Amino acid sequence: MTDLTQQPALQREAQFGDYFELLKPRVMSLVVFTALVGLLVAPGPVHPFIGFVAILCIAVGGGASGALNMWWDADIDSVMKRTRNRPIPSGRVSGDEALALGLALSGFSVILLGLAANWIAAGLLAFTIFFYVVVYSMWLKRSTPQNIVIGGAAGAFPPMIGWAVATGGVSLESVLMFALIFMWTPPHFWALALFVKSDYGDARVPMLTETHGRTTTRAHILGYTACLVPVAVGLAFTPIGGPVYLAVSVVLNGWFLKAAWEVFRRSDADSDADNHAAEKRAFKVSLSYLFLHFGALLVEAVLRAAGLGGW
Amino acid sequence: MALRVEHELHERRRGKNLGMLGLLVGFIALVFGLTVVKVLNLPDIRQMERFDHVARPALEPGAIDAARERAAEADAAATAEQGQ
Repeated sequence: MTDLTQQPALQREAQFGDYFELLKPRVMSLVVFTALVGLLVAPGPVHPFIGFVAILCIAVGGGASGALNMWWDADIDSVMKRTRNRPIPSGRVSGDEALALGLALSGFSVILLGLAANWIAAGLLAFTIFFYVVVYSMWLKRSTPQNIVIGGAAGAFPPMIGWAVATGGVSLESVLMFALIFMWTPPHFWALALFVKSDYGDARVPMLTETHGRTTTRAHILGYTACLVPVAVGLAFTPIGGPVYLAVSVVLNGWFLKAAWEVFRRSDADSDADNHAAEKRAFKVSLSYLFLHFGALLVEAVLRAAGLGGW
Repeated sequence: MALRVEHELHERRRGKNLGMLGLLVGFIALVFGLTVVKVLNLPDIRQMERFDHVARPALEPGAIDAARERAAEADAAATAEQGQ
């Protein structure tokens, strides 16, 4: 919760880059990529300029929710090593400025997306911002160790929005793309939590590692990774999948399951001994896993356009 | 006295101001581009006349047919009067 009295005094004039940093550019890159894939694999042509504006709106909407998240979480960001240098805790931007920027960009992105594409896509973007800021940041993050599981939905919406831009609706394919990111998020973040464990504890964020212990977290990583497999592979048998996606998905799921299994069978002593090598590996594998799955969907779309892809 | 006095604030805020300039120019380009694309993709270019806040009876569905019918009726009535 943001306590205005605890905000650090501004150290210097905020620069343009400081405001840009509020938008979490690295998270934005994942949002842009998955939304772009959702838009490109969807049936029906989209004018390139409309597509560009739609992706820009989704990116700005994602950035706006990042700014609002930083405004709300300024107090815990100042405690954690990973987030201590963010613009608000480091005193470069005030909390009020972040709030104003977040609200303005939220309104701008939703309205422009509605005018440029359609109001289904705009409604999904508005719900995504609401979900990330209110449901995840304000409610779940500090109250339940399931924060990552349910809050992960916010990061899973972009391909669904991209799909809605092209089709004006929601369908099985877009729901499965959503489910892929939704199921992928918990093992991805819990692997991260296993090697930055002390930070979340210091900030009193109830990560699973703190509330249920690291052994339970390891089991959860394996369990969620196993549940992710049918979702990821199932996408291969929809109209946007195909043999290339299936082959890539089978290999990636085997790779991710192996990494999760290695994390599961280790003790904390093993983990400490090699500086959490397996946990860091699982985290890196999870990054490639998502990127390559969506990349394979894009390859299928290109092949289909050339009359080669699909079943 | 110099015609342009540079205040220290101008230097300090140069980056922010140039960034804002870029954003505003980008926004104008975005809205202009969207307008061009939307207008050029209208199924019937006459539809754009609907958006100038002026009532155009000619664009109302059936208005032209109704006007023709009225004109034909008037012609028929005039012809009948001349015949009498």
